Amino acid sequence: MLAYFARRAILAIFTLWAVSVLSFIIIQLPPGDFVDAYMAQLAVMETDVSEQQMEAMRRQYALDKPIHEQYLRWVGNMVRGHFGVSMLWKQSVREVIGDRLAMTIAVSLGAVILTWAIAVPIGIYSAVRQYSIGDYTFTFLGFIGLGVPNFLLALVLMYLGFYLFGANVGGLFSPEYQLEPWSWGKVKDLLAHLPLPAFVVALSGTAELIRVLRANLLDELRKPYVITARAMGLAEHRLVLKYPVRVALNPFVSTIGYLLPYILSGSVIVSVVLSLPTLGPILLGSLIAQDMFLAGTIVLMLGSMTVIGTFLSDLLLMWVDPRIRLGIIQ
Amino acid sequence: MTIEQSVEVGQEQITVDSEERIFVAGQMQLMWWRFRKHRVAVAATVIVAAFYVVVLGADFFAYTDPESTEAYRSLMPPQPVRFFDDGRLSPHVYAVSGKRDLRTFKRVYEADPDQKIRLRLFARGYKYDFLGFIPSDLHLFGVVGARVDESLFFLGTDSLGRDVWSRLIFATRTSLTIGLVAVALSLVLGVILGGISGFYGGVADNIIQRLIEILRSIPTIPLWMGLAAAVPREWSVEQVYFAITIVIALRGWTGLAREVRGRFLSLREEDFVTAAELAGCSRKRIIFRHMVPSFQSHIIATVTLSLPAMILAETALSFLGLGLRPPAISWGVMLQQAQNVETVALSPWLLLPAIPVVVVILAFNFMGDGLRDAADPYGI
Repeated sequence: MLAYFARRAILAIFTLWAVSVLSFIIIQLPPGDFVDAYMAQLAVMETDVSEQQMEAMRRQYALDKPIHEQYLRWVGNMVRGHFGVSMLWKQSVREVIGDRLAMTIAVSLGAVILTWAIAVPIGIYSAVRQYSIGDYTFTFLGFIGLGVPNFLLALVLMYLGFYLFGANVGGLFSPEYQLEPWSWGKVKDLLAHLPLPAFVVALSGTAELIRVLRANLLDELRKPYVITARAMGLAEHRLVLKYPVRVALNPFVSTIGYLLPYILSGSVIVSVVLSLPTLGPILLGSLIAQDMFLAGTIVLMLGSMTVIGTFLSDLLLMWVDPRIRLGIIQ
Repeated sequence: MTIEQSVEVGQEQITVDSEERIFVAGQMQLMWWRFRKHRVAVAATVIVAAFYVVVLGADFFAYTDPESTEAYRSLMPPQPVRFFDDGRLSPHVYAVSGKRDLRTFKRVYEADPDQKIRLRLFARGYKYDFLGFIPSDLHLFGVVGARVDESLFFLGTDSLGRDVWSRLIFATRTSLTIGLVAVALSLVLGVILGGISGFYGGVADNIIQRLIEILRSIPTIPLWMGLAAAVPREWSVEQVYFAITIVIALRGWTGLAREVRGRFLSLREEDFVTAAELAGCSRKRIIFRHMVPSFQSHIIATVTLSLPAMILAETALSFLGLGLRPPAISWGVMLQQAQNVETVALSPWLLLPAIPVVVVILAFNFMGDGLRDAADPYGI
């Protein structure tokens, strides 16, 4: 078990490092550096800046240093929570992001919970009642779920909401709570708005998981121990839920490592369409405006979230699967 | 290749009864028999083929130049095609005239039932080079006795007054080829890295597997967005096109590499590989003559299943304004106009490109599923 834990922890740390390098590459990719971009912006506003000031700024941001030193400095700042300044918003990145990170987590967690809540019962039903009308219906719906990209679904839902109810279905808060400080009322308002975007984000992942669970459970149900249990007169629901479902759920927990990047990735684009106050729209805005420090920070945050989430799911797997606990599977 | 083998075998065994045919049939032949049984997959393949016919003959299927823009006919709704006139079959549309509503300042369009514009198949229209070298001006359909680019707007127009149908046809060409190019790049990377990983194992395998794990644990869309945003603004349409395929393939290869590695690992232990080794075959011959033919069908299935993700990646990036940019036309570029709810509420036909996206993705999924089942030697 310790070996498994150590392996996972090392991989997580290694992945975090890789994510930080990629984020840094994204920051460095556009031609010119931060100061050039800043100067261009000041030039538009017809503010004159002298060469000395530019050099001073370069020194201040360590842009005159070799690239690996810049990287180390940047990572050091990130770890200490100094995210730098956004050129686009003229605020510190921390202020721009504000509680958007929390909102992103809320939407993604909502989507994960919804994925499970929908996929587990449907997967079990489809496997137990294989080739029934219900199974075919869910399989068909599952394929539709796989085929419809979530941002298109969001667009169509927006249109339907507008067309049928004359209401804007976007956002996470009612207008009256938009700028309010946090209160119980605001939390309830958030919970009322969360299901729709969470559903849109969750849809394709749900379809995939239903297929996985159905296939796993079908394999399990054909095993001799199930027949033995049935022959011994165990009640059918108990028999199915207590043994085969638990085994079939196992790969399910491990797929969360793939589910999480998938869901976070989907939440970015869905947030843009539904104008949710998450990191997605800010990431898009910063990329279009080439505000690379902000963009890099957000990519790093989203990446770190998946790494941490995957690590947590590995721990969960350790708790669920006795074979890992006892060190049978590495 | 197994096709030649199956042909030879087929000729020898013509007289043998059907049960024996199964034992001697080549791998492709067996796959085709199994695939044929999967009705939905066959139907999906026909749909995919139809889409690629549109890709090849885009100019023929369009009827106006997708770039011809006219401000006085912006956001025109689709024209319903009427097939019968006085009980006789005579497809036509009503002429549409637009004027500005002086209260709302929007353009409103009115159909004139007295002015019928006849449609015909195989009409003459703008000149183009079919397949790039055969000059032609033939189009699938057009109008009789009028200029087609002033009278026919089968699926309406976009905000710049460009014909949605013709643009949709050209968008299909871009979106479906970009998927192919991206998948080809991923395949090259996937086969090389997956092959090294599976055939040699050891340290190389460990490094490549960790690399794949890391790439797969990063959320794709933010990564793609970050990389795509770095494509310089002044690049030409073709340069952006290839940059975007590279960005997409950068992650796309991981799935294929895993598949190839898995196959290599399982085949390495097979008796026929050991036999080939003992017979003194070179490593190259073992890989390409013995191992690759036995898993190429799996690779084809995996490639088919990974195409929708590639197509979707381009659509999503272009939709966000980070992928292809005008004047390139793709489904994502077209959908970009439908980004805000006000526009969509007033001009819902701008959402039309969503339909081919969904159809193509579903078709590729079903086709890939069928291929995968057919490629499985233990399938029924």
